[in-house]
Amino acid sequence: MKLHNISFNNLRRRKAKMAFLTIGLTVGIATIVTLVTLTKSMSGDIERKMDEFGANILITPQQNGLAMNYGGISLGGVNFDQKEILESDLARISTIKNNKNISAVAPKVLGGVQISGHQVLLVGVQFEKELKLKQWWKLFGEAPKADHELLLGSDAAQVLNVLTGDMVQIKGEQFKISGVLDQTGSQDDSLVFAKLGVAQRLLGKAGRINLVEVAALCSGCPIGDMVLQIAEKLPDAKVSAIQQVVEGRLKALDQFRRFSYAMAGVVVFIGSLIVFVTMMGSVNERTTEIGVFRAIGFRKSHIMRIILLEAAVVGLLAGLLGFGAGMGGARLALPIMAEGKQVALVWDSMVAFGSLGLSLGLALTASLYPALHASKMDPTEALRAL
Amino acid sequence: MSLIEVHNLTKNYQSGEETVEALRGVDISIEAGEFITIMGQSGSGKSTLLSVLGGLNHPSEGSVQMAGIDLYALSGEKRADFRSQKLGFVFQSFNLICYLTALENVMLPLAIAPMKKKDKIAAAQDALARVGLAAKTDRLPNQLSGGEQERVAIARAIVNRPEILFADEPTGNLDSKTSLEMMNLFRALNDDGQTVVMVTHNPENCDYADRTIHLRDGLVVSAA
Repeated sequence: MKLHNISFNNLRRRKAKMAFLTIGLTVGIATIVTLVTLTKSMSGDIERKMDEFGANILITPQQNGLAMNYGGISLGGVNFDQKEILESDLARISTIKNNKNISAVAPKVLGGVQISGHQVLLVGVQFEKELKLKQWWKLFGEAPKADHELLLGSDAAQVLNVLTGDMVQIKGEQFKISGVLDQTGSQDDSLVFAKLGVAQRLLGKAGRINLVEVAALCSGCPIGDMVLQIAEKLPDAKVSAIQQVVEGRLKALDQFRRFSYAMAGVVVFIGSLIVFVTMMGSVNERTTEIGVFRAIGFRKSHIMRIILLEAAVVGLLAGLLGFGAGMGGARLALPIMAEGKQVALVWDSMVAFGSLGLSLGLALTASLYPALHASKMDPTEALRAL
Repeated sequence: MSLIEVHNLTKNYQSGEETVEALRGVDISIEAGEFITIMGQSGSGKSTLLSVLGGLNHPSEGSVQMAGIDLYALSGEKRADFRSQKLGFVFQSFNLICYLTALENVMLPLAIAPMKKKDKIAAAQDALARVGLAAKTDRLPNQLSGGEQERVAIARAIVNRPEILFADEPTGNLDSKTSLEMMNLFRALNDDGQTVVMVTHNPENCDYADRTIHLRDGLVVSAA
């Protein structure tokens, strides 16, 4: 017979009360595990979705000059010593240290052309990559597949007075309008898109490009580092992060995390209350028993050890069950939260150990006052008979 | 020197505005090996005296010398150690722990003793044998009769071989036949050298004692 035998025997004999306490704590821990795991799993998914939603790194030719435009109004500018980016140089981007974080590299060539008497800006793109980058594009028709096909912005189509399926002429060559973009509210509305190779040929810029948009998946990667890595590989290019986009994404993720932590905080508080009330009730029920312990010579520390050991056993058990139930809950909830898309469930050892530690800490902290209260019980008052 | 020496013991309780004097200058001495009963009407202070003698209830004034030690000069925790090593208690309602078997209940005082498990079990089995309950070691308290519960309570009180055994109305909840058996058991323990101090309201129990201390309104009226 040792003190722990008293604790274990009490837990065994008071099954209903201890089961209630364990279940209460398990539900709390399971909720936190589910929230944290969902947050972690969803964060990766949300981040990936946001990263795919537009570029966050821009590569332009190095130039010694200042642009003179503001709010979409251009006053021209003075450029000299203009460098160029060669299409062949782009392969170097895939050799950077964080190349696995690159989702899409979309090169573009730009130049003015005449169509039906109108001066328009022709943009040569790789449609496969462009569509991946600009998932908000809605097409009437389809993206060009053949060389002599064009995609028009909504304003361009209106000005040129053409519809999907119509033919236009550029530099003596016939092109079919394979699709027209729905209004985007951006500069894309007034552009004419052709396949990159075709545009380079029409503009006399074979093998050259004017700018590259890069979408980087930045789950755990610093975008600043990627900018530096690309700049090292392309010394003649100016590489810059689109800071507004980066900050916006981080802020959105931060808010998502804050929400789940706030929810976890509420659950921890409720869990603490459950443990506190149950342990306090248990101590009050055991007044006579504690009086006997004190009368036969148990020290205050012995009484505290008995109560806290019971709390620790319940805490550890609830931690284990809570982690299992929480991961199960996250597994069930993830497909609903991810709207049916396949998102991988994140198994994190930190969450496992954290849930055990949290459960144990919570049970011990919430039982500290009841244990102190028990240890300070006056044996005479407790026994009454004496 | 006596085993227990009590000088000018006073115990006051505060009841609202009123101060209740439970003990008013009690002087007694008890020798080793004596069987003492403390008698008195309800409210005479006999249970208070027992709790003070047992180191459970700090007196308002006076001193309790036990085996040469000033009991209330000790800190609360040292007094707890003293109780675990020198004293045994039998409570009126037995106060057995409902979720422990008879053997575990008897082993309870040894839970904090630096002993090997097998020695603890042997000591508890020996104590149960002394009270005639060797065959029911695995029973829970609710599986035992009132007399058997009392025997377990006595075994728990003597398992650490205390110098003094305190008992508070041990026959208060028992029928007359079982009461007789219990008093014979206390007598037998005393015959083996155990000092017994028992609070009782039953004058018949005094026949088993060497001496009876009569209390009235917190004062000793006779100690012969």
